[in-house]
Amino acid sequence: MFSQYALHHAWLIPLLPVIAFIIVGLFLRRIPVLSAAVSVCMSLLSFVLALGVGYGVIDQLITVDNPLIQRMPWLVIPGLTIDMGVYIDPLSAVMLIVVTLVSLMVQIYSIGYMRGDAGFGRFFAYLSLFSATMLGLVIAVNFVQLYVFWELVGLCSYLLIGYYFHKVSAREAAKKAFITTRIGDFGLLIGIVLLQILFGTLDFQHLGVSVPAYVAQQGTGLLTVVALLIFLGPIGKSGQFPLHVWLPDAMEGPTPVSALIHAATMVVAGVYLVARAFFLFSVLPNAMEVIAWIGAFTACFAASIAFTQRDIKRILAYSTISQLGYMMLALGVGSVTASMFHLTTHAFFKALMFLAAGAVLHGLPDKNDIFAMGGLRHKMPVTFAAMTIGVLAISGIPPFAGFFSKDEILLAASQVSMPLYVIAVLTSFMTAFYMTRLLVVVFCGPEKPDNHPHEAPVSMRIPLVVLGILAIIGGYIPYAYHFGDWVRFGPALHMGLNWTIAGTSTVLSVAAMALAWFIYGSGKATSDKLARRFSALYNLSYHKYYIDELYLWLNHTFVDGFGKLLYWIEIYVIEGIVNGLAHLSLQLGDWLRRKQTGNMQRYGYIMFGAALLIVAGLLLLNPLFKGVLCGGGY
Amino acid sequence: MANFPLLTAILLTPICGILVLFFLPREANKMMKMIAAVTMAVALGLTVYAYWAYDVALAGMQFTEDIPWVADLGVHYALGVDGISLPLLLLTMLVGFSTVFVSWNVNERPKEFFIQLLVLVVGAAGTFVTQDLLIFLLFYELWVIPTYIMTVVWGSDKRVTKEYAGMKLTIYLLIGSAFLLAGVVALYLNAYPAGLRTFSMEALAQAHALGNLSEHVQIVVFFLLLIGFGSTLSMWPLYSWAPDGYAAAPTGVSMLHAGVLKKVGGYGLIRVGLLVLPLGAKFWAPFIALVAVVNILYAAFITLVQKDLKYLVGYSSISHMGYVLIGFAALNVISIDGAVANMFAHGVMCALFFALIGQVYDKTQTRHIPDLGGLAHQMPRVATGLMIAGMSSLGLPGLVGFIPEFTIFVGAFKEYPFYTLLAISGIVFTALYILRVLANVLFGPRREEFDACRDVSGVELIPLVVLGTVLVVFGVFPQLLMGMVNSGVEPLMPLLNQLHAAPTLLGGVFQ
Amino acid sequence: MIGLAHFLTVAAMVFAIGLYGLLTKRTVVGILMSIELMLNAVNINLIAFSRFITPDVLTGQVFVIFTIAVAAAEVAIGLAMVFRVYRDRNTVHAARLNEMRW
Repeated sequence: MFSQYALHHAWLIPLLPVIAFIIVGLFLRRIPVLSAAVSVCMSLLSFVLALGVGYGVIDQLITVDNPLIQRMPWLVIPGLTIDMGVYIDPLSAVMLIVVTLVSLMVQIYSIGYMRGDAGFGRFFAYLSLFSATMLGLVIAVNFVQLYVFWELVGLCSYLLIGYYFHKVSAREAAKKAFITTRIGDFGLLIGIVLLQILFGTLDFQHLGVSVPAYVAQQGTGLLTVVALLIFLGPIGKSGQFPLHVWLPDAMEGPTPVSALIHAATMVVAGVYLVARAFFLFSVLPNAMEVIAWIGAFTACFAASIAFTQRDIKRILAYSTISQLGYMMLALGVGSVTASMFHLTTHAFFKALMFLAAGAVLHGLPDKNDIFAMGGLRHKMPVTFAAMTIGVLAISGIPPFAGFFSKDEILLAASQVSMPLYVIAVLTSFMTAFYMTRLLVVVFCGPEKPDNHPHEAPVSMRIPLVVLGILAIIGGYIPYAYHFGDWVRFGPALHMGLNWTIAGTSTVLSVAAMALAWFIYGSGKATSDKLARRFSALYNLSYHKYYIDELYLWLNHTFVDGFGKLLYWIEIYVIEGIVNGLAHLSLQLGDWLRRKQTGNMQRYGYIMFGAALLIVAGLLLLNPLFKGVLCGGGY
Repeated sequence: MANFPLLTAILLTPICGILVLFFLPREANKMMKMIAAVTMAVALGLTVYAYWAYDVALAGMQFTEDIPWVADLGVHYALGVDGISLPLLLLTMLVGFSTVFVSWNVNERPKEFFIQLLVLVVGAAGTFVTQDLLIFLLFYELWVIPTYIMTVVWGSDKRVTKEYAGMKLTIYLLIGSAFLLAGVVALYLNAYPAGLRTFSMEALAQAHALGNLSEHVQIVVFFLLLIGFGSTLSMWPLYSWAPDGYAAAPTGVSMLHAGVLKKVGGYGLIRVGLLVLPLGAKFWAPFIALVAVVNILYAAFITLVQKDLKYLVGYSSISHMGYVLIGFAALNVISIDGAVANMFAHGVMCALFFALIGQVYDKTQTRHIPDLGGLAHQMPRVATGLMIAGMSSLGLPGLVGFIPEFTIFVGAFKEYPFYTLLAISGIVFTALYILRVLANVLFGPRREEFDACRDVSGVELIPLVVLGTVLVVFGVFPQLLMGMVNSGVEPLMPLLNQLHAAPTLLGGVFQ
Repeated sequence: MIGLAHFLTVAAMVFAIGLYGLLTKRTVVGILMSIELMLNAVNINLIAFSRFITPDVLTGQVFVIFTIAVAAAEVAIGLAMVFRVYRDRNTVHAARLNEMRW
């Protein structure tokens, strides 16, 4: 049986792209056709295996309470055992399918997008490595394995964001991404170390048993701190406030990278981590509340920035941050199902939108400003259709995928806290508004005369079509296959539409879209007028609340300043002491040198004087010598 | 094969190389390099064989040899390796092997250069394989003079002149070893009564259990050793020789010094400090932990503002040694495992870094970071190497640096939660300076002034491939390293447990 | 009865005279002569000790013969050096011969 084979050989899923990376990286970098072929084939195989795993999970009745785990020891020293392994349950199966699917799509897309690029082979090597690390993260059986791949994913994103390394902006963006996520990882690492010390194991399955027992015995105090430290990791990786700053800058990478990393895979690693470690978070109400509020705040905050951005990819980036906030909110209110559901649909429609944006940029090279585009719907019908589907999906218009998942989140939020629900609905309104703005400004209106857009090649259109279909029907599939029965934490969640909530959000979304159409579709004068009228707010939003500037200033003033201060201490104090000691001994030597007058008789005086003094001293002090010298008896 | 004196062979191979080099005519430039390369390859091969043949399950001292040397003083030519010293011996040979190829372009007095290079390798290898404290000191002192000569003759000036740097390095280490000598003599005299005295490390390690070493003696002697080994290990604030010395020394010497000699300090702290003077170690451990944190953060901040590549790596290696120190100070099996493994990891990584900086300097004639940029265009191989070295330095999993750091954190957190917290924050600053230098040196617009620089190729590639492979292989399969290290550290468990339980006279002064 | 103490006293006096000369004479020749005096004081001591303490063995006397031989050699070399110095510098004043200072 293929699904049996897939289940027991799930370790092949990340290994195949690793093989692709090694082959392409070592041998095929200069042969574009072969490098792409190898990468895509391996991705395809991974995807097929992932589908097999997905089928196997349903077929073999593998549930979150009854996962299939394979382990092999990776590091064994007394008191610290770390395994590498494969953790198959519905949660990871869904992720495997999503990640392999999106990376396959992105790789196919890249064949067209990156055609003729000097680093074509290198790009595919990086893409393969990225898929491999992300898949390794998904199947992690313990926190260390997760952390290992977590960091490697960070490395790959560093390489991919900085792919155009001749551009200073790309280089800086890559650096920023790595360092910002590292700050989060700092907390994650401390959290992991603390867990190891508290429980003596980092294995998810074992921790899942001992954590509730610990809470029952010792209470939640320390564990809440641990959980929040661990949550710092997702804050960094999933671009939650206040570590979201790297994500928009990361759009410096090639557009397929943005689609792969910043829509569907890497940034949702944080969400996945929280879902995977939900046995920990779910017993800590305070931690859950923090997660929910950070998610809600991020969702709303990022949406408010997206309002005014002009760079097409940056708008999508902020919308990604906002949607990630949504997923965090869902986790914070206790619904793994809603979060993972939204993660899945979001992966489809956000990858779709990024790839569509890539098609736009491919058709209009060197233009990022949406207001420099316009009227592209005639020349790029497929792209236009794809983007429209994406916008409708993210705005939560039925029957597109986003409608169902967003509805689940709103429902879950409304059951826990009214303020959170209100923020979520507000965000949904804002999302519909700025996404429609993007769509209208780019594709509608008159064509710009100096633009010569052209539709993307076939290899780029295939992924658009596939993802477009998924963005339409992606919401039904989970219903059909009882998503909530499988991907869950605790009791099964039978999903259904709550007509009040669904109705409210749909009406609001439609209103927002109409408003955006009214402002941007009917000539730009209105939007400029609005910007002028609310110039303070506009500037605040346009400059992203000056958070980047603040961080830059903090970094330059405090970190570098402290470094300079310490270096000053190093040079003038510590080295000063060392050189001072050396100088002192030189001075002493010089002084003693001057005592060597060369007058032998003077030496004689001193010598005999000293001898006399010594003898006298011995006579006075030491009775033994007194006896020898004075009472010899001869 | 059972009685084959493997360790003696490992030591003798470079010595044979030295002798052959000695009798070669001055003109045989290529020949000399070949001979140095071959002897180091043989030594490396033998060491790899030893690493492979070492029975991890059996643990303990293996490949032992013991010949009385100065019987009256209790000096033995005693060799042997265990899980602590074998990885470091392997490190020595790896780095030594690489330095020969890094120095391939030395054409000024090559004979003297390679003879001294091999002397350095012998000195380091000897300290790791010997089981006799006096012979340990002899090998330890073997470093000083060649380092000085090599720095002054083949070095380069930067912030300070090479003469100043060489003199500083030499005198600093000599003063350190004076303390060391005083400590060793005090230990020798106190451990056993006259007639039974011995320099054998194994016998000295029994002295504590026999009750021959009072706590006061241990504390004083440990302090002397701490100053000696601490200045070798570049413990705060006894390190100011390090950045200047590395910057001035020729690439090969920087590699050996930062990669290997520093580890002799850490090795000595464990082998002599902990095993022979456990109470002294316990007394000073909290102090060492504090200093370790200062090491990590202070040096990391200073690294942030460095403008010279060699100074940058020099300060960063000081920062990394802080992890070794805090691992040592926690005094439990996990943390000491991590500390020893980290010495290996850092040695390989640091050597690779210096080798690449040497290449960059060779090609571009500058090490000043603001003058560099975009080298990935002209030198993709150098760029790859620097990426691997840099990522290992910032503790990326999958490279050798991560697991040791992680084990250190796990081990140290139990003893010093607050210090360890600060130590972990070091990973952020490490990332900051490593990524900055990678970005500024490798990436960015293509610069025309470097278009003439060719990428590394041929012989120059050997050290990069060897060291890079080690970084990756030991990173992906950490048990290769940790299993070996642990086989040496695990037997200490009873001692360490006893130490934690023991009520001490003066313990806790620094707590 | 003339005992050991008398010899020692004489030796001490000779030694003191030699020492005085060594420290005060200005010419190198005078210093050399003073050194000879001190050496001879030691010789007296050696013989006296030998005669009075270990009359059976002649170690002391043998030592003295060595000392005399060495002293002769020393005077020969010393005087030769003084001659050379005088030829060179036209002086044998100890205070002037201080080029080796510092």
